[in-house]
Amino acid sequence: MIRHLLSCADLDAGTALEILDTAAEMATVAGREVKKLPALRGRTVVNLFYEDSTRTRISFEAAAKRLSADVINFSVKGSSVAKGESLKDTALTLQAMGADAVVVRHPASGAPYQLADWVDGSVVNAGDGTHEHPTQALLDAYTMRSRLGRLAGLSVAVVGDVLHSRVARSNVLLLSTLGAKVTLVGPPPLIPVDIAAALAPGAAVCYDLDSVLPQSDVVMMLRVQRERMNDSYFPSAREYARRYGLDGSRMRRLPEHAIVMHPGPMNRGMEITSEVADSPRSTIVEQVANGVSVRMAVLYLLLGGNNR
Amino acid sequence: MAYPPAAHSPTTRQPSVKVILTSADVQRVVDRIAHQILEKTQGARQTVLLGIPTRGVPLARRLAARISAFEGVDVPVGVLDITLYRDDLRQHGTRAVGPTDVPAGGIDGRRVVLVDDVLFSGRTVRAALDALNDVGRPASVQLAVLVDRGHRELPIRADYVGKNIPTALAESVRVTLAEPDGVDEVRLYGGDR
Amino acid sequence: MTAYLITNVSVLGATPTDLLIREGVVAETGVGLTAPGAVTVDGTGLVALPGLVDLHTHLREPGREDAETVETGSRAAALGGYTAVCAMANTSPVADTAGVVEQVWRLGREAGLVDVQPIGAVTVGLAGERLAELGAMADSAARVRIFSDDGHCVADPRLMRRALEYVKAFDGIVAQHAEEPRLTEGAQMHEGEISTRLGLTGWPAVAEEAIIARDVLLAEHVGSRLHICHVSTAGSVDVLRQAKARGVQVTAEVTPHHLLLTDEKAVTYDPVYKVNPPLRTAADVAALRTALAEGVVDIVATDHAPHAVEDKECEWAYARPGMLGLETALSITLDVLGPRWDLIAERMSRTPARIAGLTEHGHDPAPGAPANLTLVDPAARRVIEPTELASRSRNTPYARMTLPGRIVATFLRGEATVLDGKAVK
Repeated sequence: MIRHLLSCADLDAGTALEILDTAAEMATVAGREVKKLPALRGRTVVNLFYEDSTRTRISFEAAAKRLSADVINFSVKGSSVAKGESLKDTALTLQAMGADAVVVRHPASGAPYQLADWVDGSVVNAGDGTHEHPTQALLDAYTMRSRLGRLAGLSVAVVGDVLHSRVARSNVLLLSTLGAKVTLVGPPPLIPVDIAAALAPGAAVCYDLDSVLPQSDVVMMLRVQRERMNDSYFPSAREYARRYGLDGSRMRRLPEHAIVMHPGPMNRGMEITSEVADSPRSTIVEQVANGVSVRMAVLYLLLGGNNR
Repeated sequence: MAYPPAAHSPTTRQPSVKVILTSADVQRVVDRIAHQILEKTQGARQTVLLGIPTRGVPLARRLAARISAFEGVDVPVGVLDITLYRDDLRQHGTRAVGPTDVPAGGIDGRRVVLVDDVLFSGRTVRAALDALNDVGRPASVQLAVLVDRGHRELPIRADYVGKNIPTALAESVRVTLAEPDGVDEVRLYGGDR
Repeated sequence: MTAYLITNVSVLGATPTDLLIREGVVAETGVGLTAPGAVTVDGTGLVALPGLVDLHTHLREPGREDAETVETGSRAAALGGYTAVCAMANTSPVADTAGVVEQVWRLGREAGLVDVQPIGAVTVGLAGERLAELGAMADSAARVRIFSDDGHCVADPRLMRRALEYVKAFDGIVAQHAEEPRLTEGAQMHEGEISTRLGLTGWPAVAEEAIIARDVLLAEHVGSRLHICHVSTAGSVDVLRQAKARGVQVTAEVTPHHLLLTDEKAVTYDPVYKVNPPLRTAADVAALRTALAEGVVDIVATDHAPHAVEDKECEWAYARPGMLGLETALSITLDVLGPRWDLIAERMSRTPARIAGLTEHGHDPAPGAPANLTLVDPAARRVIEPTELASRSRNTPYARMTLPGRIVATFLRGEATVLDGKAVK
């Protein structure tokens, strides 16, 4: 097993499937009266969050607590300008506190890599800048597998602001490793031209959502910030929604079995309409529940043994 | 699964090997335990067999099959994975978690018979009791093992024992079963015999 | 004044000879020289080069004396074989007045290890809005001739045109940091496959090339000299090649790190590799090496940029760009060009001295020439240890790399600044 979870590029197919299989066992705990396992008793997990992300933080917190770990939440407010204590000093503090794992969310791409150099414990990347969000990709893969029964051979369309999306990067890497065919869809300024070469040679790029839908088993809609239009990535929210938003009529062009995913939080009316988000094809609520199981699996596999 | 995991003790001499139970012995022993369970549980009423991976699981299935053959009673069989309850997780690399499969009727109010291959320190059974506690509240819990090799470290005893084998700590007991291993056999390794 | 007799030394790779240095000049050359009272330096196996001249150094004083001072930077320069360095203007306060450039110039004189030639800012506070008092800096004791907003681009085309025109009055030259700011907002590294994978905002090659293309046209239009700092892309080389073919008075520099390192270095997110302009691709490195050998790129300049530990031991996005260069530049140029000593002298001493108007520098060791020279052991190989560098900072990208060549001695106007590979003061 790997020592840290920093990038989906570090996961080979065997390790990724081990995480998903372990998550499936962890999921059975959620259905029990006693939602607790003793596996990480006496271990300390620190949630180090430099960005507000209540949903990711509570998901990791629930995961760690269900495994009986002690959880310390460490929220660092403030922008990069008024950053206060340095990441290195914070790392040394966590080290002194005996953190066995640090779950880190940070606005700067790569910050978890540096943290991993400065602490002895395992580092879990809970989203770094516009780089990666590996546990999100794992829970997405878990959700696809539980809905569709497989990952190999699936056609997955990832739609929206790929350029700024850590979710997209992690998903392209992981899904390609697991044998799915990924197509990235969005307005050209938001799709890096060299994304396939950079991440997965098998990935495809398409600027026309309607042509991709009939062949897709999964459509993953990414959050698109309205502010991007102020930087000329697209002219207006209305034009974006018209060309790349998923509404009821587009959803009906999907194959019967296809599912719709969104990592949340959603911009209803922008990249996805309520009709789609609330439809039976939508896995958005399942994704949240699966997040806890997948994070339990990751924490167990990183901390469950003497992997030093 | 033997616990601690059966390992050859390092020795410069060629370790001795001794077959304790042959294939025919194993079948006889399973038949006997099945009969004993029927006797002690008033015909296996309200009884659930839970196998502890790895080799407790096929043993539990065989016991259920023999009980069915003898009395026509279908005893629910399940799997109780104890990995996450072990007290030695940190002494090894991370162990893979196996499935826990509790029969549809659950275990609340039932008589649970835990089934394992070798009873040694008692720590596996301790972990199994903890795991059971999180899955439900059985009326009572019993323990069936193919081999009891002694050296208990906890106050635990088996209700059904296939064979008692006095061993030295340096020795190890290996159980193989047809389902995972191809052949039914119990062997004793090591020591200076 | 001490006299030095350097025996059996190869001047620019020629047959070994002796060099007598006396009264600040090379007094005599020839085999079997004797000079009673002179200190003898055994030059066997060593190559004598004209003292190196760096057109692009950040000495950080005034303002960031925790990262470097004129004195520590001068010592690093001497140990790197330099006898003159041009100190960039982005200090705090900015070197945009006669007062600041004279202060830097005076600190350089006091340190006495290299000639420190201040560069003046083009615009007030490097803000890119209005011209600094370029004439006052030119007329000051520092006699400033190079003007640069380095760290920032003079992006406004009209302001750039005026600056190019204005400095003609005192034979000045504008050294442009070519970076279209609107194309590099938030940029962290070269825009390409690696930046896409790492999720770091890209610094596209076109942001450099567009400014160089614009500025060579402007320089051509107004008939001025133009110097381009730290050229980093193959496309920039193409623009320069065409401009030079048309006769535009443009010169260009390349840094050692752009000749050796690529954007692949960023994959560990270690900010020691963060630099502006960023490390580019292997194809860019190859084009720059060819351009340097051909002379399309005229010189090697270090862009020596010391930074305090806390400005580098942090998140990549928050780290300051820049890397040390003075103590490793000759080794890397030797590695890249091979032992072509005349070419090395041209790219690292004569041409930069000519661009900067430093008439005392860039002369081959010959009778009557100012004794500004350095002795290199080309056979030595050394492992770079950051803690052993003379710079006050540690941000070298070459840590634990083995590089060829070692500076054994450096002489500034006949005085040894480095002997036996150690700074004399």
